[in-house]
Amino acid sequence: MSDLKSGSNLEKVLKAGHFAFTGECGPPMGCNVEHLKEKMQFLKGNVDAVNVTDNQTAVARMASIAASAIMIQEGLEPNFQMVCRDSNRLGMTSNILGAYALGVRNMLCLSGDHQKFGNHPQAKNVYDIDSMQLIALVKKMRDEGKFMNDEDIDENPKMFIGAACNPFADPYEFRVHRLANKVNSGADFIQTQCIYNMDKFRDFMKKAVDMGLTEKCYILAGVTPMKSAPMANYMAKRVPGIEVPEDLIKRLKGVEKKDQAEEGIKFALEQVEEFKEMEGIAGVHMMAIEWEHRMPEISERAGVLPRPVV
Amino acid sequence: MIVANRKPLEEIQDMIKDCGNVLLVGCKGCVTVCNVGGKKEVEILAATLKIARKKEGKALNIDEVTIERQCDPEYIELVKETVGNYDAVISMACGVGPQFLSEAYPEQKFYPGLDTEFFGGAVQHGVWEERCAGCGTCVIHKYDGLCPIARCSKSIMHGPCGGSAQGMCEISSEVICIWDQIVKKKMEQGKLEDLLITNNAKDWRSARDGGPRRAIREELLNE
Amino acid sequence: MRLSYPPSIKVIQVPCTGRVDILHLLNAIEKGADGVYVAGCMEGECHFITGNIKTKRKVKYVKKTLEDIGVESERVEMFNLSSAQGGRFAEIANEMYEKIKELGPSPLNVNNAA
Repeated sequence: MSDLKSGSNLEKVLKAGHFAFTGECGPPMGCNVEHLKEKMQFLKGNVDAVNVTDNQTAVARMASIAASAIMIQEGLEPNFQMVCRDSNRLGMTSNILGAYALGVRNMLCLSGDHQKFGNHPQAKNVYDIDSMQLIALVKKMRDEGKFMNDEDIDENPKMFIGAACNPFADPYEFRVHRLANKVNSGADFIQTQCIYNMDKFRDFMKKAVDMGLTEKCYILAGVTPMKSAPMANYMAKRVPGIEVPEDLIKRLKGVEKKDQAEEGIKFALEQVEEFKEMEGIAGVHMMAIEWEHRMPEISERAGVLPRPVV
Repeated sequence: MIVANRKPLEEIQDMIKDCGNVLLVGCKGCVTVCNVGGKKEVEILAATLKIARKKEGKALNIDEVTIERQCDPEYIELVKETVGNYDAVISMACGVGPQFLSEAYPEQKFYPGLDTEFFGGAVQHGVWEERCAGCGTCVIHKYDGLCPIARCSKSIMHGPCGGSAQGMCEISSEVICIWDQIVKKKMEQGKLEDLLITNNAKDWRSARDGGPRRAIREELLNE
Repeated sequence: MRLSYPPSIKVIQVPCTGRVDILHLLNAIEKGADGVYVAGCMEGECHFITGNIKTKRKVKYVKKTLEDIGVESERVEMFNLSSAQGGRFAEIANEMYEKIKELGPSPLNVNNAA
């Protein structure tokens, strides 16, 4: 296994050819470490790695790097997220080094939602570099042992580099090319935006496979179980870049209110089953937003337990 | 041109609340073209401030002058004789105006009458849009005349991000996604490969990030 | 027709309401008018195509400006009627007169009476 890039559990699982299953955990809007640890325990043993979000939706929270370090203490593997909105290349570089020093081995490079959506819309946005350049920066630090300025790093941070992909943003025809760009910049794995429109995603994946992208990186399909019909409606109308087909909303509305969450999980599980068979899909990224306590059940019913030990 | 907006009247009134004798200085440059700080707008503001003050039963004398430009010392020089006669002077130019005036006449108190917004142009009568961020190293030609630095909400160099929907930006249904336009233009031209490269991170030293900037034309210097 | 309208209304003729400027309206208020209104042609019937539409926006601007400085915006209005509607002209004049009477004299006059 000497040819591993980072040696992270996620990398090993994927490399061994297992169907990967990752989760997500948002740091608290405060310093409540106990609650954070509780949330983490629901994920332990049920996923291969857990995304630790970085001021998700531009809402200020505990630093992703700190929550990632706590997660390591708790015996889980973090996928440390970093957005380009909140810091410049100096801040990012030091956090990449710091995260690695704390034991972080997976990193997800993101642009970040515009601060307009968050709780500090008055903030100055940074965007010194963009997500593509961040991917290239982490790769350069890892593979060449150099900073962006070409100066040498004494010990390289060996990160397994992740990137996001949203097949449902526009223009659709360009999306697969942007994915290719991320792969060429150095992304080892991709986690997609929440998928609901399966027809469109099948078409997208066919294109990605045809372009040979799935030979060069691992694609994890993003799944977020709908908790209710109103949530589906909200995501359809209010969340940019998410596509919720009318059929799904109808399906959720078709059952009683108290059963809508179960129906949402059922749909998510059907998706997982299809992804297991879908060409080019290496795993699922299960984003059960503020639903960590349901993860043991979701993993169980998705038939992905026990998680492989590699 | 530099596009500005007039400050809220409340703010301007507050600036001069203790003044009885005020000079408004307009500018015939950009702010005249964007109808916010030229002769006409100076007259309107003067009339408005006078109405407001009269309403309180108090006196306010306002004199008006509109000079060629407030970003050149030779025109700033033109108010030399009069500028000292007032309790306050409101500049109706972009942010350069009140600074050049303050620098030339340190004894006088100058106030900005405008909020300076951006470098842009009129897309229709009465509507101006941002086109340039003044980053100091223009790359517009690489994007077929569409600037991602000024016009993408995240200034990203490899767009469009995941928030682009139906040609519009995630921040507002009224803001176009410039990357959507860049991509479509490249596709029409069959030059998609232009966008399949990862550009080096931008060198922001040429922008404001490198500190306040200065432009020198050696051939124009007097000495 | 022998229609009458309040004698305190002073009519100022312009070639088209498009000629009426923000400044004309503001200056009228500043100089002590208790109210000022623009009587323009019916929308869509401007001889200069959009003169009345443009002035409608200027009137809106002036109303907003007055509001911002605490003067009743109802003191400035715009009406649309055709040149054949003499009756309507008198009606509007009375309507505006009544409204201004209700508002009382302009605060500029009240506070500068001495």
